[in-house]
Amino acid sequence: MSNQEREPMFSAKNFKYFTAPLADNNPITVQVLGICSALAVTVKLKPAIVMALSVTIVVAVSNVVIAAMRKYIPDRIRIIVQLVVAATMVILVDQFLKAYVFDVSKQLSVFVGLIITNCILMGRLEAFAMANKPWPSFIDGLGNGAGYGIILIIVAFIRELFGSGTIYGYPVMEKIGIYTTGYENNGMIILPPMALILVGLIIWVHRSRNKSLIEK
Amino acid sequence: MKQFTNRYIFIFSTVMVVVVAALLSLAATLLQPAQERNLEIEKKKNMLESIGVHATRENAVELYSKHITEGFVLNSKGELVDGVDAFTVVLRNEQKKPLDEQFLPVFRAITDDGEKVIILPVEGKGLWGPIYGYVSLRSDMNTIYGVNFDHKGETPGLGAEINTSGFEGMFPGKKLYDNENFISIHVLKGGADPSDIHGVDAISGGTITSKGLEKMLFDCIKKYNDYLLKNRI
Repeated sequence: MSNQEREPMFSAKNFKYFTAPLADNNPITVQVLGICSALAVTVKLKPAIVMALSVTIVVAVSNVVIAAMRKYIPDRIRIIVQLVVAATMVILVDQFLKAYVFDVSKQLSVFVGLIITNCILMGRLEAFAMANKPWPSFIDGLGNGAGYGIILIIVAFIRELFGSGTIYGYPVMEKIGIYTTGYENNGMIILPPMALILVGLIIWVHRSRNKSLIEK
Repeated sequence: MKQFTNRYIFIFSTVMVVVVAALLSLAATLLQPAQERNLEIEKKKNMLESIGVHATRENAVELYSKHITEGFVLNSKGELVDGVDAFTVVLRNEQKKPLDEQFLPVFRAITDDGEKVIILPVEGKGLWGPIYGYVSLRSDMNTIYGVNFDHKGETPGLGAEINTSGFEGMFPGKKLYDNENFISIHVLKGGADPSDIHGVDAISGGTITSKGLEKMLFDCIKKYNDYLLKNRI
């Protein structure tokens, strides 16, 4: 490895680590990971955005820590080590939020703790960070967090708009005066099953546009 | 993959656990004062909210000392208990004790328009975790002046709606008693009749939180029954 030419920080390969999870290898729509939280936090746009950011930060930083230690982690206890690193990160983030940005911490409440159980996190640590250097791992973490976040935000946008008639808390439907025509908010869309159906629709659209994703 | 000896694995895990433990306890110790202060401000802010005073994080402490005049603790028979600071009573711990040993905090407050009210803290269970809040009563000890609810982790958009003004705004003017009988407030699925002085609308999609809130109000306020009846006008 040492005699190999040093790779530039923003090489095409590194760039691909970031873009792949956004579409072709999206953690939610292609790998079908992290579905549980995608259903739970997407009723409103705000928690979805904050959750997307928190997951991105935790995945990226845990990826770096694991990638830096990868040569010293005994194979037999690697999952435990990954779990400890991820859990430590999540608790630290939670403690910092509670101390310095109390309002955001209240908004997220239990979801911060639930980042530990997000399959994307463990998936990236095991599949990528254990075999790559810290910098590509960091980019991979950012990419996967962003790929997860995009889906969360799309679903939350649709659910908030049609379920509550607002966008980021702003009453759009009321402002355009649609209620006077007899329109009503769809109560069904704020329930978790509709989120699953929405994610399913996104997967459908995604696959019909990208034939390479369809299994033979 | 390189083979590691058992000895290495034991040393590795021991060092890792010690480092992580040290890191976490250091973070917890350093951040604790800031976190506790946040909680205190939050509590004062919520209490003020229940009497219609909208405080920000910056002026909550100042407004609290202006509006909340007195806090005291009762037992379940409505008698005054000496030597306990009402502000520091943790309702969750009290609820674990037998009823006649519980401390029941009461706060007297003056609202912006000079009305004298009392504030009662309530705490119960929602769907995912605790829900809590403050209920302020007019001096007839029957009519609700205002409420403030909050929750630890109810679902955003569903159960979490209990802390929005849309839900809390249905409470003022509702009555707890029908003559001498304690009715509390019913949270009704499908909507309450506007003329119902004991009922408010439940939250669609938040049935368990709504039911929990109804139970919380009934259980917590009922403990003050003797005091409320004795002091009503």
